[in-house]
Amino acid sequence: MEALRQRARELLAAGTVQAVLGYAAGSEPDRARPCFVRTAAEADGLIWNEHCRQNLATYLQKPEVRALGRLALVARRSTLRALLQLAAENQLADGRVVALFVADDGAVTELPTLAAIEELVARLPRGLSDADRQELDRIAALPLGERQAYWAGEFARCIKCYACRAACPLCYCARCITEANQPQWIPVSSDPLGNLEWNIARAMHLAGRCVDCGSCSDACPEGIRLDLLNHVLAEEARTQFGAEPGYSVRKDYALASFKPDDKQEYIR
Amino acid sequence: MEFAVSAFEPKLVAFVCNWCTYAGADLTGTSRIKYAPNVRLIRLPCTGRIDFMLLLQAFGKGADGVIVSGCHPGDCHYTAGNFHARRRWTLFRRLLDFVGVDLRRVHFAWVSAAEGAKWAELVNDVKTKIQALGPYDAFPKRLDGRPQPAEVA
Repeated sequence: MEALRQRARELLAAGTVQAVLGYAAGSEPDRARPCFVRTAAEADGLIWNEHCRQNLATYLQKPEVRALGRLALVARRSTLRALLQLAAENQLADGRVVALFVADDGAVTELPTLAAIEELVARLPRGLSDADRQELDRIAALPLGERQAYWAGEFARCIKCYACRAACPLCYCARCITEANQPQWIPVSSDPLGNLEWNIARAMHLAGRCVDCGSCSDACPEGIRLDLLNHVLAEEARTQFGAEPGYSVRKDYALASFKPDDKQEYIR
Repeated sequence: MEFAVSAFEPKLVAFVCNWCTYAGADLTGTSRIKYAPNVRLIRLPCTGRIDFMLLLQAFGKGADGVIVSGCHPGDCHYTAGNFHARRRWTLFRRLLDFVGVDLRRVHFAWVSAAEGAKWAELVNDVKTKIQALGPYDAFPKRLDGRPQPAEVA
């Protein structure tokens, strides 16, 4: 934690960055909140623990954050992947962000360029956590009726607050399908079909792009495991089309490309 | 006069592309091939235009089965629309299955403008299968533009 604060102070004092976006203590001991550190003195407020889970890359697209200038960003593995995916989608210029990657042992690595991020991410372990994997397999193994009932029950709790969208680093469209009302694709109120449509649409729009940070389900006030929908699609996009979002700045969107011999045994 | 007790007649919605399947279905008619009248065709410019939301809306408005059909790979009027659509469907099917939507009710096919007979066969086959499955009551509905009230947990 001290290494992180020290690095933040140095970057700010040297004028390399105008602000450091990191985590500060939240309202409860088991919470962390994002914080913008603009002077070296404020860097003492930065913390790092297991509750620092939110993907801070989410803030980069906001005009008021863009206006701050060059940023340093306290990063987890998925934050780095989000940065690469944003760059691949032409949403992030190289050098706009200095990533401060914090390893499990607290060591801080400064990554000033996208190339440096690519190199580091390639060395990090991949894949879902064991808990996520188990939950995914458990639901996938349920019989159809029970699976339907499980998700109907989950989606019935959805209050359409769109916190999942707001928390997602890759949900950056200025105009979202949820706000389209000519026609109204997704009803404003919370009804069973609309909730299903919203959650499917959100997951589909991230198919082949999601970097598995889990910020959507962390942000969900109802605790719906939205990230599982994304994991399922990510896995399918990887096995079917070799999609590896967030590992390279090369644009390679599975749904914007194709191979003539893509799988089609379900089409007659 | 006596009427047989009518079996369940499923509502099928077919999203078809303008250039191949719609013309193919036309050929079915001009060839005087009879097929199940349960299907409602919705003509779109290309399978690439068939947003996954359309399928959900069809079920939400009371469809018991959905058919999606367009040009064979390589025959797309817009060169590659069906290739892109195919990738989208592959992912979409996986997600539908995971959230518990019955994949036996979603059918994909390539039907060219010359395959009038294949179209009739396809619709008849889907109709028989959906008939066996019965109405799709498990899917949430929004009939007459009104949402079902949310169930009180």
